[in-house]
Order: sequence, then C-alpha cells, then structure tokens
Amino acid sequence: MKSKLSTFALATLISFGALAANELKIGFLSTLSGPAGAIGIEIRDGFNLALKHAGGKLGGLPTEVVFADDTLNPDTGRQLAERLLKRDRVNLMTGVVFSNVMLAIWPTIEQAKVFYIAPNATPTTITGKGCSPYFFSSSWPNEAHHEAAGAFAQSKGFKNAYLIAPNYPAGKDALTGFKRMYKGDIVAEVYPKLNQLDFSTELAQLRSAKPQTVYAFLPGGMGINFIKQFNAAGLAKEVQLILPGFVSDQDVVRAVGEPMVGLFDTSHWAYDLDNDANRKFVAEFEKEYKRLPSLFAEQGYTAALIIDQAVRDAKGHVEDEKTFRAALMKAPERAHTPRGQFKEAANGTPIQDYYVRELVKDKNGRIVNRKVSTILTQHQDFWLKDCGMK
Amino acid sequence: MPAILLLEQSLNGLQFGLMLFLLAAGLTLVFGIMDMINLAHGSLYMIGAYFMASFAQMTGSFWLGLPLALAATAIVGALLEMSLLRRLYGRDHLTQVLATFAIILIANEVVRIAWGSQPMMLNTPAELAGPVTLPGGMQYASYRLVIIAVGAVVAVLLYLLVTKTRVGMLVRAGASNREMAVAMGVNIRRLFTAVFALGAALCALAGAMLGPILAVQVGMGENILILAFVVIVIGGIGSIRGAFVGSLLVGVVDTSGRAFLPLFFGVFLPPQLASAAGPAVASVLIYLLMAVVLYFRPQGLFPARG
Repeated sequence: MKSKLSTFALATLISFGALAANELKIGFLSTLSGPAGAIGIEIRDGFNLALKHAGGKLGGLPTEVVFADDTLNPDTGRQLAERLLKRDRVNLMTGVVFSNVMLAIWPTIEQAKVFYIAPNATPTTITGKGCSPYFFSSSWPNEAHHEAAGAFAQSKGFKNAYLIAPNYPAGKDALTGFKRMYKGDIVAEVYPKLNQLDFSTELAQLRSAKPQTVYAFLPGGMGINFIKQFNAAGLAKEVQLILPGFVSDQDVVRAVGEPMVGLFDTSHWAYDLDNDANRKFVAEFEKEYKRLPSLFAEQGYTAALIIDQAVRDAKGHVEDEKTFRAALMKAPERAHTPRGQFKEAANGTPIQDYYVRELVKDKNGRIVNRKVSTILTQHQDFWLKDCGMK
Repeated sequence: MPAILLLEQSLNGLQFGLMLFLLAAGLTLVFGIMDMINLAHGSLYMIGAYFMASFAQMTGSFWLGLPLALAATAIVGALLEMSLLRRLYGRDHLTQVLATFAIILIANEVVRIAWGSQPMMLNTPAELAGPVTLPGGMQYASYRLVIIAVGAVVAVLLYLLVTKTRVGMLVRAGASNREMAVAMGVNIRRLFTAVFALGAALCALAGAMLGPILAVQVGMGENILILAFVVIVIGGIGSIRGAFVGSLLVGVVDTSGRAFLPLFFGVFLPPQLASAAGPAVASVLIYLLMAVVLYFRPQGLFPARG
C-alpha cells in the first residue's frame, strides 16, 4: 500500500513538473537578515526592479520568485535549497551572497541539474577544476575585484601592505587575487572569523605594523564596523585604506558617512558609467527605493536581465539544457545591462573591465563612488585555465 | 614598539573584560541568591541595546537615550521576574533552563517583529568618534576609554552597594544562605525583584555601550552569555568580587590570545592556518582557564557560600 501510494505521489509530482513549462519559477536564496543582510536586500531590490520593468515576465514567461533567507548559515542554506528544488520545484536558482553558503548548496543544485545564475559569489572552486555547465555567473569571478585592487596598490607605488579578510572561501580568494597583482611587501595577512564585529586586536596589530596601505575585504556589517573603528583609532591619517567595491558602496556609505570620503575602491560598475541602460537603472532605482543603488543592486538587476534575455532566446525552453545553456552564454552580449555588454568565458564567468572609484561628494553633498580610471580591461577569471569545458 | 602594542592590547582586554563584568554581575547575583539559572540574561542585553538604539534615535542624543534604555530594560526585567521567573525558583535547574531558553526564542522573535531583522545603527556620540592621544604618544579610540571608565565606575558602585549598604547586606545574606535569610524575616520577594531589575539594567548598560562597537541585532546576546557563565563559574557563583576578577581574567586572556597566538603560530605555520588556529586556540584558552581554576578551587575563586 505504502509503496503504491508513493509511486502515485511520484507520478503526480512528475506530471506537475512537466506541466510547469509555460511559467518560470525562480528560487532566490540569499542572506537577507543579520549584519550582512543589507547585501542580500540590495541584490533582491535590484532583481525585483528588473522584474518590474519586464512586467513580471522574464523572457516573456509569467515569473514567480520564491525568496528564502539563509541567514549566512551554510546548513540553513542547504536545507532551503533542498526545499526550493524539491518542494517548490523551481526552474532556476539565484541569489546567494556568500561563498561558504554557495559551496554548501552547490552539490544539491548540480545534482538536481538546475541552472544557477550567480548574482554575487562565484567561488574559484566552482570556476576552476570543479567548473560545471549548470553554473553561470553574471557578476564576476571571486578574485577579480581584488586583482584590480592589487593592481591599483601596485600602480600607486605602495611599498608594503597589510591585508585583512574573513576566514572563509571568498576571503582566501580575495587575498590570493590581491597578491597576484601586488608585488610589494605583505606585512601581515589576517583572517578574522566571518562576521567578527570588534576589530580592536587587529587594529592594534595594524598600528604596530605601520604599513603604507591596508587592503580590507570585509563584507556587510564587518566592513561598516572596521571602517568606523579604523577611524576611531586614528589610523585613517596614517594609512591609506583600499577596499573592494563590496565594502565601500552605498550600503556602507549610508552607515558610515563622512569618514568614507577620500577612500578608493575597485568595481566592475559605477553609478556614473556612461550608457543609457545605466542611466535608466540608477534613475529608476532611486525613484523606486529612495536611495542610490550599490554594485550589489546592479548585480541583482543584471542577473534578472540576463535571465530575461536567455529565456527569451531559448524560447522559454529552460528545461532543454543544451539550448538554455547556449542562450545563457550568449545573453551577456545581447542584453543591455548597466555595465554594458560583456562576454562570458567558457567556465561561466564574465570577461569585463574593472574600474578604480574614489569616494567623493557630488554637487548635492551626497557621498558617491565616482569612477576614476579603468584598471583592468577585458579581464577574465584566472582559473579558467583549469576548467576543461569549452 | 611592542610595549605600545602590549599596552593597547591590555586596554582592549580591559575594555572587553569590564563589559563582560556588567553582564556577569547580574547573572551571578541571580544565580547565587535565587539559585536560578537564567539563560534569558543575554536577551535582556539584546533588548537593552535595542532600547538604546531606539531612544538614541528618538532623542537624537546618546546620553539622553542611555538612562531611558536602562530604565526601560529594568522595567522589562522586573516584569519578567514577577510574571514568570518567580514561578521557577522552586523548580529544578532543568526546568529553569528549558523555560528560560524558551524566553530566548520568544524574545528573539518579538524583537524581530518589533524592530525588523536588519541590525539597527547605533553610532558613537560625535564627540567620542575620534582617537585621543595617551601619555607616551599612543593613540586610542576615545569611546573605548569611556567604556573602560563606565565599567570601572559601575564596578566600584556595585562594590559599595554590596558591602556598605543595607540592601547589599540582604543580598549577601541571601547569597550565602537563603533559607536563613528568609527565617530572619527578609522580604525575599521584593529583594529578588529588585536584584533582577538591577541585573537587567546592567545588561542594558553593557548592550548600550557595546552597541556602537558591535551591531544591535537579533541573537546578539547568546554568544556573550556563554562567556558570562564562564566568568561566574571562574569567579565563584554569587560573588560580585569573583565576577569582577573573572571578567578581567577572561577579557585579558581572550584578547591576548587572539592578538598574540596568531603571531606565535605565524612563526611556523602559513598565515591562513595561523590566523585560523590563533582564535580557535584562544577560545579554548578561556575554557582551559576555567578548568584549571575549577581543579584547584572547585567553588571558584571567591566562593560566596561558606
């Protein structure tokens, strides 16, 4: 009896799965609460804005987005991914902010043979040897912003640098990227616990190490606290702080304020990039949410645009793996994203430009991340060489 | 140069230790006098920080917000004691742990509903946002110095309260022998409520002072609560003096462990491993300290009960 029942249940499930081809269901698993929750919210808001512009239909299909909050806990993330894939039976997954969550849920998604569109974390373990046709990043490879920062520190001629990043996969990717481009001395390489909020011991070490520059990749509340405490400890006058755009964009500016002025960061996007799609994105985002977008919002927005383009080009056949993958790989060259058109490398990572931005006040007195120069052109993932896919 | 580093790390340890003391003081009194394990102590710390963030926003001033937050949290503490915890005094510790653990979950959800799941911003007062130059030319965050001062003043006041006043005498009597105190006609109910409210206010003070350095968020009380328990076990349950010494010990051991162990491991390990091993071993250090203290003094350093 029992086995008959479960066979019946399975058959029903399968038939429901087949029926769901004329609509799109997207699982949006993200970090939406806690000290780093602001990042997930930025990505979500950007994504929702693009969805709204598309009239609730990505690629012409009525689209339902199922949101889930991983609370930056890999175990929670894995359970929610299972739920999204098995209970909600989503067609696509997206949304993850943190690389440790990404690595935890990745086997589940890959086994389910569902495409994942990365609006943020793109860890090197999934783009190098472990690359997969189901993984597609519309953001950036994990090390790129840090390579850009290393190149910038090198071009500024800083003799030595103090590096700090959280002890998790993206933190290690970050400092590896920085060191690839920066040839000066590394006075110290410090890995505090992810979501550590008090940096008194690290700042004391920093003071005694006397570096010329500090590179800090501390996402979410970590960065807010670090920059505040860095200033409170009087270090800002002595040491130049360089940040990746993740630690210095509008979400952090809103919390830290004045001390941000004069810092430099690196990004694949800037609010003042000169193209129509970007002007529309910035204006509409500000109108909708009453705040300037951050690079995270751009990533969410772009992820939705890429999905829209790929689903349209595949004529809605998300379930046809070959067609949809081919459409995805071409989508960045066809969609009008705020950062312009870009190419996608064979391992599913963008090939794009990276900029140096300076935090300055605009004519309205707002603190903005203004583009200064292009530091890396048509830059591609270092780990592409290890990926066997064509 | 290392002298300055040593001094700065000592100040960091002192600052952390004194904030732990504010939590441990309330916890040790409740545990010692009422023989009650209150896991929800950390929730009062969280609620205090949230009140502080709200009142500071409302009044536009950190210093106006502070007394309001202390008073509000004390009231919450007193209400909690009168409505719920009072019924748990006679029960065994397991019941108390279960019931107060439930309070943690409820408090987290209530705070989430009332304030949202995003952390609240609480800034240091503008006049304390920068560094001060200490004698010897070292710069140190002025706000952290204020935390140290506040912690030290509260420690002295508590010491005076417990040793020199009538209320303090009753508290000590209750801690060393509750039954005898009741037999001598002490109004133990009112005393308990007062002690509990005081403990809540101290929690709020810790939450309010640490809020600008950390983040005011749901669940902020749980991690620090464990350390507070370690402190009172090291110090001796029910003893304010023990809580004070225990807090400073834990604060200094934890900070110096985090600061110097990575340097030590860095000599023979790659940086990534060294900085992972440093904090890991540092957190074990605290429990090692507790184990050593308990081995030689099973009642803690300053047992309240003869």
